[in-house]
Amino acid sequence: MGIRTVQEKLAILSDAAKYDASCASSATTKRNALGGKGLGSTESGGICHAYAPDGRCISLLKILMTNFCIYDCSYCVNRVSSNVDRARFSVDEVVSLTIEFYRRNYIEGLFLSSGIIRSPDDTMLDMVRIVRKLRHEERFQGYIHLKTIPDAAPELIEEAGRLADRLSINVELPTDRAVATYAPEKKPGQIREVMGRIRARKQAGQDRSHTGKRPPKFAPAGQSTQMIIGADGSNDATVLGQSTRLYSSYRLKRVYYSAFSPIPDASSKLPLIRPPLQREHRLYQADWLLRFYGFELDEITGVTPDGNLDLDIDPKLAWALEHRGLFPLDVNRASKELLLRVPGFGVKTVQRILSTRGNRTLRYEDLTRMGASLKKARAFITAVGWTPGALTDSAGLRARFAPPPEQLSLL
Amino acid sequence: MPRIGTAQAWRDAARGLLAQGVPPQDVDWTVEGAPQGLFGGAPVATQAVPVNVPRSFLALAQSVVWHSDPQRFAHLYAVLWRLRDAPRLMQDRADPEVARLRRMEKAVHRCQHKMKAFVRFREVPALNPARRNFMAWFEPTHHTIEPTAEFFRKRYADMDWSIVSPDITARCMDGQVTFLRDVPRPDLPEDAHEDLWMTYYSNIFNPARLKVNAMTSEMPRKYWKNLPEAAVIPDLIAQAEARANAMAQATPTLPPVRVEAAQRQQQAFASRWASTGAMLEQDLRGCARCAIGCAATQVVPGEGPVDSPVMIVGEQPGDQEDLEGRPFVGPAGQVFDRAATEAGLDRAACYITNAVKHFKYRTERKRRIHERPDRSEIEACRWWLNAEIERSRPALIVAMGAVAAQALTGSGKDLLRRCGTIEETRGTPVLITVHPSFVLRCGDVAAQQDARRMLTRDLRRAARYL
Repeated sequence: MGIRTVQEKLAILSDAAKYDASCASSATTKRNALGGKGLGSTESGGICHAYAPDGRCISLLKILMTNFCIYDCSYCVNRVSSNVDRARFSVDEVVSLTIEFYRRNYIEGLFLSSGIIRSPDDTMLDMVRIVRKLRHEERFQGYIHLKTIPDAAPELIEEAGRLADRLSINVELPTDRAVATYAPEKKPGQIREVMGRIRARKQAGQDRSHTGKRPPKFAPAGQSTQMIIGADGSNDATVLGQSTRLYSSYRLKRVYYSAFSPIPDASSKLPLIRPPLQREHRLYQADWLLRFYGFELDEITGVTPDGNLDLDIDPKLAWALEHRGLFPLDVNRASKELLLRVPGFGVKTVQRILSTRGNRTLRYEDLTRMGASLKKARAFITAVGWTPGALTDSAGLRARFAPPPEQLSLL
Repeated sequence: MPRIGTAQAWRDAARGLLAQGVPPQDVDWTVEGAPQGLFGGAPVATQAVPVNVPRSFLALAQSVVWHSDPQRFAHLYAVLWRLRDAPRLMQDRADPEVARLRRMEKAVHRCQHKMKAFVRFREVPALNPARRNFMAWFEPTHHTIEPTAEFFRKRYADMDWSIVSPDITARCMDGQVTFLRDVPRPDLPEDAHEDLWMTYYSNIFNPARLKVNAMTSEMPRKYWKNLPEAAVIPDLIAQAEARANAMAQATPTLPPVRVEAAQRQQQAFASRWASTGAMLEQDLRGCARCAIGCAATQVVPGEGPVDSPVMIVGEQPGDQEDLEGRPFVGPAGQVFDRAATEAGLDRAACYITNAVKHFKYRTERKRRIHERPDRSEIEACRWWLNAEIERSRPALIVAMGAVAAQALTGSGKDLLRRCGTIEETRGTPVLITVHPSFVLRCGDVAAQQDARRMLTRDLRRAARYL
């Protein structure tokens, strides 16, 4: 193996990073480079600079520092027992790539992850060095997401939190038992401990000292995690139960669900299947209902007998079909909580309904201008000039939304 | 309307017209350079007259003036005219005319957002040796160069840049932005980093997850001609299925020789986590005697000198204790600390622990709500409590609350009646008292004070054992 060029390393180390779903660059402190503060700025909503043909956004330069790894997690392409090509970036190479890509407006910042080399502390220290150089020498104000190595020393995690916008640690699989089976070197308890410490540290960063000064921000864009879906046998109720606990315990900004996709040189322990993309999509929908629509976990997972979400229709519609007695709702009178439960109404639509309702009575045509998806919603609401009639009760309601049944393949 | 500075010009003109009471049907709005209307009327006197307009309309107008629709000025003025008699019109999300402006606003915002995302700079020779120079060719759908330039000025403060478009060009030198009309399309030099960017783009894509529609809805084809990476998209799509199949069919190969070396290396560095403290705490970490542990962050072991004559036993860790891994640091801990100080009991001299070592909770509205451990969980954890008692052999154990009493004496019933009495567990005296969180849960102030007094009284009694 000769010396690899930066281009070859970039090919290997971005290929190795593509299984991480997160690419968010949003919700951090507002910064810019005016007044000689260097280079870069942040936007509250984040910016997606490109989209790959897999439909995922490319917002950050998402790379591994190295894909050498001493761990042997079966679902991971970089595990020690796999025969993929290996490479390692130097600190300067990562810094230069980030800055040059940023100047050409390709990216919002850096998402740096790494395989474990030598020891967790050594690996984390190298990652912190990269971020230190970006922030202090290049005076880079853009977004930085650092994947945290859970068993690294607390001082390193502390420094990482002061330099980066977001920290994340992947819980990887929905249950402790699955982690023990597929990622024998990872310790779920320890991952939770670090998440707990990051939350406590973030909270401490919000208190003013006795002089009224605020301490420097700690990971202002919060922490996130990722769970692989479909590699073990957990059902959706288990997956969402885990996310609910993570959100409530550690105030996570996001839990990412990543449909397990076949990896080159796969471990024989795992199913070689098409990634369950539809299941992943439904889990995100359910996650949103839990966080922004006031749904509780058992309301969503309780509507199907096996604890898995219905793949044919979205979870809100599935819930509404099970609770037809509540509908139709009068959009001119129903409470905000109930309006949020109407299939086809989003949070913004509901806000618009409430603000307009203060001025006048709503007609059906008015709703069409408010961003509602009436194809879905109309069976569940009444407005001036509209009643769904027998639509709500009709037994064919589900069939109207679900895709037509496919003939099962014989093999 | 001029092509540069359109927003201010429209605002001044509209203000003048409104002050003179000119109705919308009498105004003919044209853009500089565009053919004049049939009557080519007199230009408007643009004087600054104070007119009261809702702030939300101004914000809307600031965006809509950049839309490509030639009718935009007329649409805006029509709504502005109506606002004189209907000041709450802006709150009406369903009014067709306001809704049309909102749609136009949204289109402009989207175009601005896409410009922030899809401008691609190439490096060009520097004009000022201290600042690098970059240039881009961009074709926006609406007139978004001018309103979006500020974003680039703030972001790229340490370099010079120009964004050339068929209409307006923004040029930023030494932090000052100027706008120019009709600059011809520049011939930009090759940039080596563009190849690296395309390498990155091709490799970050996972062929097993092909979703072309999701891509084109966010990165419409009209932008592709100015995006270097778009050149490789057709190939990536065409090869995706074959690549995904190849990935799935690649049979697991034999692990490389590196594995063994790595495993030896792993054993060599003893994790700090595996070797802390005494045996009891270490064993406690791995406890799976009941199911609570899987949901909790960590086990919360006892704290304090193990040879203390006084052992204080609470119920279970709470939210705060679970995060920090130390007992009695949350709200109940503060009540305890206050009562202990009042009673003259030195907390640091006692061994403080819980009957159950993991936090049991349910989630409700994104919060963790404490749940009382059930009999079997108390029973499972009693094993550890007994081990702690065995190790410390205290002269007195203080059982705070029903769960502690249950674990130590076998019964948690009638707690208030038993408060202040001494019972025993395997020959060690157990002083029963209320749990500090009981003080917090008491409804009225009088009951709260009673409970606090009870706790202080019992802790004073425990202090005598130190």
